[in-house]
Amino acid sequence: MRNIRIIARLDIKAPNLVKGIQFEGLRKIGNPSDFALKYYLQGADEIFCDDIVASLYERNSLLDIINSTTNNVFIPITVGGGIRSIEDVTSALNSGADKVSINTAAIKNPSLITEISEKFGSQCMVLSIQAKAKSGNWEAYYDNGRESSGLDVIEWAKKAQDLGVGEIFLTSVDREGTAKGMDIELIKAVTSVVSVPVVASGGVGSLKDVELAVKDGGADAISIAHVLHYEELTINKIRQYCIEKNIPVRKLSEYRA
Amino acid sequence: MSDIVIIDYGHGNLKSIQRGFKEIGKKTILSSNPSVISKANRLVLPGVGSFGSGMRHLEELGLVDAVNGFVEKGNPLLGICLGMQILFNSGTEHGMHKGLGLIPGDVIKIIEKSENGNIRKIPHIGWSALTTLGCQSGWEDSCLNGISDGDYVYFVHSYMAMLEDNKYLLSQCNDEGLLIPAAVKKDNITGLQFHPEKSGRIGLQILSDFSNL
Repeated sequence: MRNIRIIARLDIKAPNLVKGIQFEGLRKIGNPSDFALKYYLQGADEIFCDDIVASLYERNSLLDIINSTTNNVFIPITVGGGIRSIEDVTSALNSGADKVSINTAAIKNPSLITEISEKFGSQCMVLSIQAKAKSGNWEAYYDNGRESSGLDVIEWAKKAQDLGVGEIFLTSVDREGTAKGMDIELIKAVTSVVSVPVVASGGVGSLKDVELAVKDGGADAISIAHVLHYEELTINKIRQYCIEKNIPVRKLSEYRA
Repeated sequence: MSDIVIIDYGHGNLKSIQRGFKEIGKKTILSSNPSVISKANRLVLPGVGSFGSGMRHLEELGLVDAVNGFVEKGNPLLGICLGMQILFNSGTEHGMHKGLGLIPGDVIKIIEKSENGNIRKIPHIGWSALTTLGCQSGWEDSCLNGISDGDYVYFVHSYMAMLEDNKYLLSQCNDEGLLIPAAVKKDNITGLQFHPEKSGRIGLQILSDFSNL
């Protein structure tokens, strides 16, 4: 088993870091760059920034935020929300992102996945899936869980892998922001059909949730927001817990540089 | 001439590398100018993307000779990720491609079957510990001098180097039973499969030690 990555998720409505419940009722949390730095210093393995309003009109302000965030954060940063073209990917990468996460545009134009993967490498192309449970299955949504695509999550994940995604960022819309536990069945259903890494997102409320997502769900990485923003957990606490539970994680050491 | 030149050939997170050096107080310049590159004191060959397109862009910009000329002077060269891979003779990503041939060996796809018969997920994404297992070269006089065996760094790649001679191997990482070359060094040429600019304090330490080589 590879080391599980602990990812801090920042939902951004420029210029603020926000947090909602099931993507609704957004509350202002603070300055995204400050939080990115805080989580980097706490030992996060990656940062995931999602422009929650996919602000086409404010694209530059998001890129400015990414730009200032990456100034002093030396871990990988994924940027998502409103990316629709090769040009959008290029400007996200030029602002300091390492990977881009795409949902809506991939659903509407699946060949974009292949284009991005060929141009920038599959490691750069993260597919964001917003899953909602529906009579025993899950359906892929977009526009922050508001619009249904009609696509079955499992079929979509498999297809996207064939098209060249390097990673799947899987959010349970039902659990997102609730801190009431992750949708383990969903995570398991996706990890068992794809061979690219899967980041599980939505619902972490306790340390136990992290353990279940990894051990039962087979997640390769866990994305955490609510409990970090509200200081119910710290990255370090999560890391220590993983070590206690024999979940392999990066071990930190300090250097003078 | 500026101390550290980062080759700008349309491949890679140049800004991140530049910021990494800035954080440790080192000024860098980005350049695709052959004469700037061959005259640099230190050279960084970054790289994100595929082997063939990386080499093609170096050739199109007329930078292959510049890199070779730089290497002949004996100054330190650092290849990062794809920039490490193209130091080798060839790569098999999307067809067979010739590399710079500065270190003997080839670049192949990471083997998908793991030791226990499970499927190894590709790309290899995440933090893995550096080990000296199977390596014949010590870390003193290298950019790994300031860090320790067992330190974690960030990898993201689907292809790996197969060295012809393990004496150029500085470090590997153990990816579910598969030893993947993580750092190589032949004389003044160093290659890192991982991203020091994305590996937190440890990565910055490596950049710092490279700039003091």
